[in-house]
Amino acid sequence: MRVVVVRFPGSNCDQDCHRAVELAGGRARYVWHRDRDLGDPDAVILPGGFSYGDYLRAGAIARFSPAMEDVVRFARNGGPVLGICNGFQIACEAGLLPGALIRNRTLRFHSFDQHLRVESADTMWTSAYESGRVLSMPVAHGEGNYEADPRTLERLEGEGRVVFRYVDLRGQASEESNPNGSARSIAGIVNEGGNVMGLMPHPDRAMETVLGSVDGQGIFQSLATHVSPVDTR
Amino acid sequence: MKLQPARYRLEVRVTPRAGLLDPPGKAIYQALHALGYVEVADVRVGKAIALEIDAASEEAARARAEEMCRKLLANPVTEDFEIVHSDNAPAAGDHR
Repeated sequence: MRVVVVRFPGSNCDQDCHRAVELAGGRARYVWHRDRDLGDPDAVILPGGFSYGDYLRAGAIARFSPAMEDVVRFARNGGPVLGICNGFQIACEAGLLPGALIRNRTLRFHSFDQHLRVESADTMWTSAYESGRVLSMPVAHGEGNYEADPRTLERLEGEGRVVFRYVDLRGQASEESNPNGSARSIAGIVNEGGNVMGLMPHPDRAMETVLGSVDGQGIFQSLATHVSPVDTR
Repeated sequence: MKLQPARYRLEVRVTPRAGLLDPPGKAIYQALHALGYVEVADVRVGKAIALEIDAASEEAARARAEEMCRKLLANPVTEDFEIVHSDNAPAAGDHR
């Protein structure tokens, strides 16, 4: 699989994403936010970081960069787009995903390992997992509190588009296991077509034993299987 | 003769939508109560954005500011905006 990682001024997980793609057997390439050379990739990753210093709102300015115009077109044509952390915020601002991410209810920047439950293994991003499996991945964000109007939330739930939820070690979702106040403990969602996924936790930082978790591998393996089913058989 | 555009100063107020969780507002509310200001019933924290816009009329400046709010300055999911102040007095730094 050939994956483009978009770099914005302030991106800081671009190299993690690059490495994650290569660990999953793919080839990754960077595209600078000012450039319009997306080319013909199999997928695009919007990495984590603090694009444009998070000025105004996280992701608000990045969404207007030239590269994002191409990414939006790519996504509208069904191309797989993965937004991780700041990338999730950018995808929401760009209208690729519904809702928005506001300040953590604790008002603190969160940086710790967090348990997540795979709510749906029925997406191109999660086919390598089983539904209900509990994963551990790092979170690192100040604005990860997912909000959407009640109708949007109902739709997301009804259509199985809540892909990851914050849970405790035993896999239970509760107020205590919800670190940032996200509506319905939502940690990750997909768009209507299932080709755009956004999540606040970092699968790109959970790819190798030395990092403390390999639970993020499934996302990149799932994507690899989706784009070239023959290679991974 | 070309019409000289005037400079209009507008203030855009962006506030978290009513009913939506506003963590900074909640923290300030609690702090005010801790200080004894128990009469405070609600606190919401937003942003004030001062714009200086060159336009043919105040109406035109406001229309442009509103467009800016919809496009960039406010998030339609979580925030409301209001254009609260306008005057066409020469803006600071305007030496034309």
